[in-house]
Amino acid sequence: MSRAFTLHLAVLSGLLAAAFLVPDWQVTNLARILVLATFATGYNLAFGYTGLLSLGHALFFAAGMYGAGLPAWHWDWPALPALLAGTAAGGAFAFATGLLALRTAGVSFMIVTLMFAQAFALTILYFNTWTGGDEGFVIPDAARVLFGLDLSQDMPRFFAALVLFAIGLLAALALVQSRFGRAMVALRENEERARMLGINPYAAKLRVLVISGLYAGAAGAAYGLFFGYAGGSFAGIQYSILPMLYVLLGGAGTTLGGLLGAGVMFYLIDFASDITDAWLFLVGAVLVVLVLFAPKGILGWVRAKWWGGLP
Amino acid sequence: MAFGPFLLLALIEGMVTAAVLSLAAVGLSLVFGVMRVVNVAHGEFFMLGAVIAWFVAATVPGPAWLAFLAALVIAPVLVGALAAAADALILKRLNYDPEATIVATIGLMYMIQQAALTFYGPDARPVPAPFEWRIQLPWFGTSGYKFFVVAAAIAVLLAVWALMTRTKAGLIMRATQVDRDVARAFGINVDRVYMGTFALGAGLAAVAAVLVVPIQQAHYLMGHDPLLLSFIVVIIGGLGSLRGTVLAALIIGLSDGVISMFFSPTLAKIIATLLVAMVLVFRPQGLFGARA
Repeated sequence: MSRAFTLHLAVLSGLLAAAFLVPDWQVTNLARILVLATFATGYNLAFGYTGLLSLGHALFFAAGMYGAGLPAWHWDWPALPALLAGTAAGGAFAFATGLLALRTAGVSFMIVTLMFAQAFALTILYFNTWTGGDEGFVIPDAARVLFGLDLSQDMPRFFAALVLFAIGLLAALALVQSRFGRAMVALRENEERARMLGINPYAAKLRVLVISGLYAGAAGAAYGLFFGYAGGSFAGIQYSILPMLYVLLGGAGTTLGGLLGAGVMFYLIDFASDITDAWLFLVGAVLVVLVLFAPKGILGWVRAKWWGGLP
Repeated sequence: MAFGPFLLLALIEGMVTAAVLSLAAVGLSLVFGVMRVVNVAHGEFFMLGAVIAWFVAATVPGPAWLAFLAALVIAPVLVGALAAAADALILKRLNYDPEATIVATIGLMYMIQQAALTFYGPDARPVPAPFEWRIQLPWFGTSGYKFFVVAAAIAVLLAVWALMTRTKAGLIMRATQVDRDVARAFGINVDRVYMGTFALGAGLAAVAAVLVVPIQQAHYLMGHDPLLLSFIVVIIGGLGSLRGTVLAALIIGLSDGVISMFFSPTLAKIIATLLVAMVLVFRPQGLFGARA
């Protein structure tokens, strides 16, 4: 086993152990962090490794949430098909968005993805009789039982979230250490040179965006099913900014950066809310400070200082 | 009422939207054109303008028009000063890198929003119009103030146009836009030009907000729609082209009025956002822009 693989297993075991050590109400927080970390890990594949700075990932997250939530609500689908449908919806929307948006780059790419996400959020509001609009809808309890685990209970929900995150993390590790993973980094560093090496930039980026969309879709579906609610606010720009914030904080282009960023940010807001309810200010300030003083994030710094081989 | 009067009403509303939008969008367009910075916090500068107008209206004694005139001066100056500070403290240190400045202005957006929520509160508050003057048409009555908004917006746009084409400051800004390194070689203080441009762009958003706030109440989340619509207008008009921006504001404002009246405001925004995405993908120079 390589050092990197050992490290990732250790992190996952640590998370498992944490569930038995912390008080019950913290277990729910951990489940929430793990689902958001799955979202961020997928975002990191596009942004951190491939250099695709998207402002539209809320679209894929919400597509997953509604792809799972709407069939569960309207047609009484059980949890597993709903989860798979949500994941597929995230990938499908990423594919459709990527087909058009990847014809642009840089700032234009950011704005095109932002606009598609805005259009989707507005569409959810527009069809409010069918989607619940701004108020959203509660996902029926029947759809919240996965392999006999009642997802409305703390521990089963945590295990489901941990399994989801573990699959996402190990798949991301395998991906970035593969030949295609090196092509992703090559595209980020120098697209023209990558093209000369025989990589088709458009096709490769589209593939990455679809993979990233599958992560976002799975996370969105899981968020809906695990916490029992789907609503229009999850399609808003804030849910495109959050994974970017987590990744920038934890470290862009590191497999564990999404988890670290989501965890640190969650407890930072939790800690700050004891003092003030101005948590949005904290989000803004962290973004500005990161981009000014620490663009590599925590693990990027660790990689530069101590362990160059950190994946 | 028959179809015609409805259309007239929609066009009047659309004209007001277009007027306000063209001011906000020209501010965004100037910043993008000269500095190549996409300012996501632009909507918050707009919101701050409206909130400051409310504070001025609440503190300045005397007739409503006096408070309005005071707000029209104070709001853009304060917002412009804040923007200049943000430029010096944040954007300049990022060396105006396009992607980093977007992330930084997103952070700025959240900070301003939260500051407004904390110090101004979650309520929408009205600001009195500077004058009460109703125009009675055969089918409906409308506020004469709306026509004043349109006239004032045209006056400000003409002033911006004169500044850019008829003064030395405008010449320096245009020179910096074309090539900042050559401009610097000719002794232009590019840092000061950038700071001034960022302040001017934010000030224009604040003016637009002061003009619209007697019609639409001041609220801490009111910057969202102007930001989205300004983006739409700037992109459709061609990034950095002032004439295209004004033309696009007219088209988007009027069609927004008409579609909102006959269908739904949400549908109008869905169409506009998708249109923008398509324009950026297939015609990145904008519908009216000649250069990229």
